[in-house]
Amino acid sequence: MDVSNRERAGLLLSAGVNSERRRVVVTGMGIVGPLGLGVENVWSRLTAGESGIGRITQFDPSDLPAQIAGEVPKGPTSEGKLTLEEWVPVKDQRKMDRFIHMGLVAATEAVEDSGWKPQSEEDKCRTGVMIGSGIGGLQTIYDASITVHEGRARRLSPFFIPSALINLVSGHVSIKYGFQGPNHSVVTACATGVHAIGDAARLIMFGDADVMVAGGAEATVCPLGIAGFCSARALSTGFNETPQAASRPWDKDRDGFVMGEGSGVVVLEEYEHAKARGAKIYGEIIGYGMSGDAYHITAPAEGHYGAYRAMRAALQSAGLTTADIQYVNAHGTSTMADDMELEAVERLFGDDARKLAMSSTKSATGHLLGAAGAVEAIFSILAIRDNVAPPTLNLDDPSRESVIDRVAHTAQQRPINVALSNSFGFGGTNASLIVRGV
Amino acid sequence: MSEIADKVKKIVVEHLGVEESKVTPEASFIDDLGADSLDTVELVMAFEEAFNVEIPEDAAEKITTVKDAIDYIEKQKVA
Repeated sequence: MDVSNRERAGLLLSAGVNSERRRVVVTGMGIVGPLGLGVENVWSRLTAGESGIGRITQFDPSDLPAQIAGEVPKGPTSEGKLTLEEWVPVKDQRKMDRFIHMGLVAATEAVEDSGWKPQSEEDKCRTGVMIGSGIGGLQTIYDASITVHEGRARRLSPFFIPSALINLVSGHVSIKYGFQGPNHSVVTACATGVHAIGDAARLIMFGDADVMVAGGAEATVCPLGIAGFCSARALSTGFNETPQAASRPWDKDRDGFVMGEGSGVVVLEEYEHAKARGAKIYGEIIGYGMSGDAYHITAPAEGHYGAYRAMRAALQSAGLTTADIQYVNAHGTSTMADDMELEAVERLFGDDARKLAMSSTKSATGHLLGAAGAVEAIFSILAIRDNVAPPTLNLDDPSRESVIDRVAHTAQQRPINVALSNSFGFGGTNASLIVRGV
Repeated sequence: MSEIADKVKKIVVEHLGVEESKVTPEASFIDDLGADSLDTVELVMAFEEAFNVEIPEDAAEKITTVKDAIDYIEKQKVA
């Protein structure tokens, strides 16, 4: 297909969908991550310029080149920290990998926040779940491998498989709340969170459900996870003594991403459904675009045309132009690819780039892999609510100049009505989401 | 109560997260103590590990109450 045909097909499709599609709004949000527990707590720490990165505590990282991460802080709920037994009963904890714990915490927060408690069979059947993960139960698989390696295969826990399976966050959330609608899960590496929210929104648009609990969960701050990304030369290794300076998107001294863990989950709801029950509405999902690089397993192609096409497709599905966007939450992982994303945004926005604010909140949270897109979609919605662009920490000396304001060091108060959030994953998968206030 | 019975009870309390008072000899893992089929598999494994015995699958299927478990293990230990 040539370009003009492709463009026509895209326009036809979005016109067809636009004309009769159901509106999807966000009515509940939950976060647990390196900045702590609770959406408002995390957001206030983020906009205050705090960092959630530190030396790894879950195991002794001394043997590894990367010894830092964004871990979920343990402690009392009242301090915005995680006391797991308040969220997952102790006897159930060992039946689930940590990524499922994370997903359950954020989903519980989001569902409670939404106030959606379906009682009738019909309402339960119109409520679904789509929470993904980039990797799933890595530590669980590691432990089970050792059991088998030691010749103790018969001692392998019957909960090993359901503890490691990625779609079991969706499974556990549905069991906890009785949500009997579509039960689905996304696995697209670091694009998982955006794909989950975008796909779940489309399930609502297409009438498969009225409410979807959607997001991502990850917990790979474990020896295998850190060692694996170290081997792929993806992690920062030069800031073990100054962890909070390690995640520095676009800065010339950046040397890799910092692993984060946690989960972000939103409750998506058909607009009339939300209005009818008087739900609090945080924002609306108005655009979603996807693309594939078809280039390399871990590196984006020169010029990052995959990112460009994902963003363009999101704009098209929203029926907007770049002039309508005031804030971009960048994928910006603190790797060489940061400048390629920047270049793609500049190319797409043209002159509109001069008015744009774009920041990478991974500078404060680290990279939550499959949860990143969901957490950052929530940040984008809050940026609109409060008219605040969260900062890019550690951006002391950009490796590439740009007309785009990258919100270095401190948050900025500025009018934000529409925001775009990017997530790109290994395998050359790209996804962009556009949200606005309602 | 025998040492074996004590230990069985402790394992059941730990694995099923139930109160000790509910773990009577007659209590059924599934009907009274809230276990599902995977829980019972795990319980049997825990018994095997703790008492250093082997419980073949057909025997494991017949262990449905606390007393079943105690009796089976006591028999193995004597033999």
